[in-house]
Amino acid sequence: MNSEFPIKKTFTKESLKKQFRLSEFLAEKIISSVAFLSIAIIFLIFIFVFKESLPLFSFGKKDKVKTEIQSTSNVKVESYNTAESSTEENQPETYGAPAEDLEPETYGAPTEDLNPVTQEAKVAESESLEPESYGTVTEDLNPETTTDQEVVIDEKVTGNIEGADKTWSTFFSTEWVPVSDNPRFGLLALLIGTLKVTIIAMLIAAPLAILAAVYTSCFASNRRKEIIKPIIEMLAAFPSVVIGFFAMMVLATFFQDIFGYDSRLNAFIGGVAMALAAIPIIYTISEDALSAVPKTFTEASLALGASKAQTAFFVILPAATPGIFAAILLGIGRVFGETMIALMATGNAALLSANPFESVRTFAATIGSEMAETVFGETHYSVLFFIGSLLFIFSFILNAVAEFYVKGKLIKKFQGK
Amino acid sequence: MEKAISISENPFYKTNKKGANIKENAVVGLTQIAVILIIAILFIILGIIIYQGREKFSWEFISSFPTDGMTKGGIFPALIGTFILVIVMSIAAVPFGTITAIYLTEYAKENSKFAAAVRFSIRTLAVVPSIIFGLFGLGFFIQFVGTGMDSAFNNGQLHWGQPNILWASLTMALLTLPVIIVSVEESLKTIPRELREASLALGATKWQTIKNVVFPGSISGIMTGTILAVSRGAGEVAPILFTGAAYYLATLPESLSDQFMNLGYHIYIMSTQSSDVEKTMPIQFATTLVLLILTLSLNLVAVIIRSRIRRRAK
Repeated sequence: MNSEFPIKKTFTKESLKKQFRLSEFLAEKIISSVAFLSIAIIFLIFIFVFKESLPLFSFGKKDKVKTEIQSTSNVKVESYNTAESSTEENQPETYGAPAEDLEPETYGAPTEDLNPVTQEAKVAESESLEPESYGTVTEDLNPETTTDQEVVIDEKVTGNIEGADKTWSTFFSTEWVPVSDNPRFGLLALLIGTLKVTIIAMLIAAPLAILAAVYTSCFASNRRKEIIKPIIEMLAAFPSVVIGFFAMMVLATFFQDIFGYDSRLNAFIGGVAMALAAIPIIYTISEDALSAVPKTFTEASLALGASKAQTAFFVILPAATPGIFAAILLGIGRVFGETMIALMATGNAALLSANPFESVRTFAATIGSEMAETVFGETHYSVLFFIGSLLFIFSFILNAVAEFYVKGKLIKKFQGK
Repeated sequence: MEKAISISENPFYKTNKKGANIKENAVVGLTQIAVILIIAILFIILGIIIYQGREKFSWEFISSFPTDGMTKGGIFPALIGTFILVIVMSIAAVPFGTITAIYLTEYAKENSKFAAAVRFSIRTLAVVPSIIFGLFGLGFFIQFVGTGMDSAFNNGQLHWGQPNILWASLTMALLTLPVIIVSVEESLKTIPRELREASLALGATKWQTIKNVVFPGSISGIMTGTILAVSRGAGEVAPILFTGAAYYLATLPESLSDQFMNLGYHIYIMSTQSSDVEKTMPIQFATTLVLLILTLSLNLVAVIIRSRIRRRAK
């Protein structure tokens, strides 16, 4: 080793050191802190979605003061009961539903008992049309709530504690009746609705998309591949509101003519429409996974005398299983949280039945349709945010599983580590 | 001979040679049918929407206001609202996404935990349901930032603490961020290492290299990302449901604190909450057609630019 370079004499040790430049330093720091923001956003989303659902968890006194402040700042002191139209406040220039402004506020009108389950068809309108009623009639119907109400008027603190307890106990009931004197937030009904739609959608989307992916990566010629891939991926560019609209206007009528069931919009229609949304996701990811299987696998199989189809289904497909599993997981995530299609094509009635041709209501659709008419800080509002945090956690876990578990398996398989 | 027997246990070889061929063809045909079915569905959707929307679809429809309680007239304010939304969204999301992509390709070290966390959060951001972004927009931008701004600058008067274009656009920016990051990153990766090394060897610093060599080479990637993000943002409805979209507005929005009409939201309310769904059917199909033309043509442009980038990489 010749350690003595002649060049060392002209450059001192100091001058060879990496110079500190402020612009370099700042650029790196700024760029990495911007990158950090994307991590921060994930945390912020969770924190702020969860924060709004916190009143549900508050059994102590601390948060009671907070809710009190919230309700007074909203100038809605008498708004403990839910049947109140607050839409005017949020949407200043709403055009439809003209009755909204014309209807006077009636106190103690008997109309409320006529339609206790208002969320069947169109919550937005039916709810805002309902006059504000203030307890006098309902007193004999459910004494439980009226005592609650009186407590609230006198002393907010105790009222809210009972409210929080009651909300939790209704979570596992089967009824979703958020707007009534005795609100019930049966998440079970929504969960079953969501699961039903998800299962139907995946039963349609997964086989179709995976078979199509097998064709493109194993059988198709290069020229065909270059045509098929962009076309199927174009399906991903269809906005979900367009797919929902198509399902509602065309598919619903078409399938009703074939099967002749009663409710035009139902879990099956929603499932078919969501399958359309899930197909490009499952297709793209499984196609990637299938193409990532090393060429040597295929060559070895063909050399042993297996046919192309045998190679595809007994060699390539098993090797790509983790990737296809990830594709299905992400497809489930897409369907589970899809809002617009669920809002438009599933009928939006929280019925509890196993029949796929009944209307259902999913978690996401519930948030989408009911958030606009809840009052900031009230139980219904918190429950919707709580559902939101559940959805977020669910999709986060799905993604984490798809990412870590599947990737680890794939690496092990292909590199033999 | 032993080998032949073990092959015959294979389900494909249970019949004679001819039968095996038929089975082989059947399996390939099955996968082919799946492809054809998907493509057929896609073109059926396109065809029906074009067919039903074509009678109403005209320049007049695009450039006039809705009239008669939205049962007649055009979609001009919805179109303008969508444009403003995607422009504000791009202004917020593109720089942010580009810088994050530059971090990931230029600064992040191979095994850096931080870079892995950034990548994971971007992928999570891409799979979070869009309605969650709507909730976040409501909880963070409107209730937290907006209300905070009101109490700080506005003496508590309600101005920013309610749904408006700004909050809707920022919410949408978060949703479309992963799209931009992924495209920019992809294009940055196609810039040859030699270019960077040449720049560094000539004495340029890292930042100078990024600014003068890497960034100009990624312009097409940024464009693709922006176009894809715009196409996504124009079509999404769930995030703006309660962060700024309005049922009907008689005037165009004048400032960022106004509400706005939106194409996708317009389709949604016209088909579910309109006073006469049957009567407004042609309008709904025409609106859907406009939205579809907008998103699909943007996507097509992006695909073309992207294939050019990929060709450069080869």
